[in-house]
Amino acid sequence: MKNGKRVLMAATALGMLPLAAFAEGKLNIYNWGNYTSPELIENFSKEYGVEVTLDDYDSNEIMLAKVQEGNTGYDIVVPGDYMIKIMIEQGLLAEVKPNEMENFKNVDPKWVDVWWDPGRNYSVPWQWGTTAFTVDTEVYKGDINTLALMFDPPEELKGRINMLNDMNDVINAGLRYLGYSRCNGNPDELREVTDLLLNAKQHWRTMDYATIEKLTSRDVDLSQNWNGAAMRARADRPSLQYAYPKEGFTGWMDNVAVLADAPNMENAKLFMNYIMAPENAALISNFARYANGIMGSEAYMDAEMLDAPEIVMPADAPTPDFVQPCPQEVVDMYNKIWTRIKQ
Amino acid sequence: MSVRQEIATPAEADAALRAAIRQREREAFRNRWLLLAPAVGLIGCVGLLPLALTMIYSFLEPGTYGGVTWSFSTGAYEQFLFDRDLFDETILTFNPSYVIIFARSIFLALVATVGTLIVGYPTAYFIATRPRESRNLWLFLITLPFWTNLLIRTYAMLLIIRDEGLVNALLMGVGVVNQPVGILYTDFAVFLGLIYSFLPFMVLPVYASLEKLDFRLVEAAYDLYATRWRVLRRVVIPATRPGIIAGCILVFIPGLGAYITPELLGGGKKLMIGNMIALQFGTARNWPFGSAAALILMAMVVLMLFVVMRRSGRQMSHG
Repeated sequence: MKNGKRVLMAATALGMLPLAAFAEGKLNIYNWGNYTSPELIENFSKEYGVEVTLDDYDSNEIMLAKVQEGNTGYDIVVPGDYMIKIMIEQGLLAEVKPNEMENFKNVDPKWVDVWWDPGRNYSVPWQWGTTAFTVDTEVYKGDINTLALMFDPPEELKGRINMLNDMNDVINAGLRYLGYSRCNGNPDELREVTDLLLNAKQHWRTMDYATIEKLTSRDVDLSQNWNGAAMRARADRPSLQYAYPKEGFTGWMDNVAVLADAPNMENAKLFMNYIMAPENAALISNFARYANGIMGSEAYMDAEMLDAPEIVMPADAPTPDFVQPCPQEVVDMYNKIWTRIKQ
Repeated sequence: MSVRQEIATPAEADAALRAAIRQREREAFRNRWLLLAPAVGLIGCVGLLPLALTMIYSFLEPGTYGGVTWSFSTGAYEQFLFDRDLFDETILTFNPSYVIIFARSIFLALVATVGTLIVGYPTAYFIATRPRESRNLWLFLITLPFWTNLLIRTYAMLLIIRDEGLVNALLMGVGVVNQPVGILYTDFAVFLGLIYSFLPFMVLPVYASLEKLDFRLVEAAYDLYATRWRVLRRVVIPATRPGIIAGCILVFIPGLGAYITPELLGGGKKLMIGNMIALQFGTARNWPFGSAAALILMAMVVLMLFVVMRRSGRQMSHG
């Protein structure tokens, strides 16, 4: 085996075989849609001679459901923070010890001891961002940094609002507006939130994940949004501004992890190490427009990202709230509230 | 050997013959089953097995993060009608949420069925009365949109009816209105989208029936002084009833489970059956309830088909 490899490498060196001939196998990545830099994949694939396939999902839960069934053939997944915790608990991720890898020194220390993977034994940062909302400041000229714009909108925004079609994002925003804690099981407070949402819903036009498209087509003038998407939408509609509501907003991080039953374990580890290199992490950010948590990557990032208001938070903005997974009873209650809102 | 055969009695020869026939029959039987096996296997593996799994899942309890735990429970079916613990743990109250969602989906599917029938029947009639050579061209035009993915067709519809889309630009250009009419993200938009997507399912079976219609019957009816309305009601429609029923079933059932159209054109503010079931396997983490809802939907569809079949069957035998 070892000999064979050496012969093959010698042959390649002599230019007797095309480059692809020393392909060391495959790597199957399962990531969020429209989130993976094609350049990154191409570079990785060239450098290591690995054939990479990419498949996508649009929610943590869909990904989890598929992985739970087993034998997906995927090596790499990119779950959000709380989903990493769930998947570790369920034994779905391989303990690949990225904290012992060569490039781990580049990870910003504030992203090492995180609650979803303390010390980083399973996962490494992919990108992180916030979930708040975007407003057209030509349509609404007042102070935008309040959740009241979504739940008690001024006249000019009524019927011009898109909310994310996401149970947790909508209910969490409602809880923050009323000043209640997240993952809340208190029936009285939940009843109040239900009334708030039911009443606000008449002013909402749509509930959809496609926020960039909704904003750039001018279907709506306010949309609950992720900061990277907000930046992409602003590129097309410059009057848009990303809000940092004073009541608080969600922070999240998506992390690269390796599945316990990954068929190409070694390539998956290679990939993990690869994306912790600053120049590679910068490719990820330049594509999807979120910060990445790798120190030194700024040097390789597009200039407009470095001072973008969606990335650089104002000093007086609240700290992003990284929401932990809720217990099943609370999820059941949220589910009932959600069904009632959308019945 | 040959000597023995020569001296075989007629009875023995008869027995040998029968054995040979039995052998043949056994082989034929085996061959029949071998030939059937792929079809039976396919139906069993991709049809009955998942159905059985869904049935089993619907009687289990939800797992913590999706999946199921293996203990028997009818909770999923209870949840469909009753609410146990949203605001008061002890009281089991009637919860209309899911019934409302089902009712809305059924209503929308019915409206879409009637809509496609109203638009599709005259279209099919038109095609069936063209000269034989040009009919294929018309049918080709009807099926042409099918060459494009449903999602893309729905998006195209979205672009046409949005605030800054074709329809509103036209209306404002002509001066009918001076503010865009909000068509997109309403029930009307969903209805429009469903009719557009399902029209061929209505036109094709109706056309197949109309093509077989003996137009001498229509002439005979006119000769007997029937009015146009009467001819349509008493001759043409009864003769094409199978096509109408087939078309209605083909539109109603997929309409009931429509997922993309309500989501894109309806703006996602209201749940349809399809979206509600999908939600249970995702964020709601309640697989048993999702399975139960899917089975309730299927039971309703089967029941409805059964009623339609029996009624149309009876009418045929009377006719």
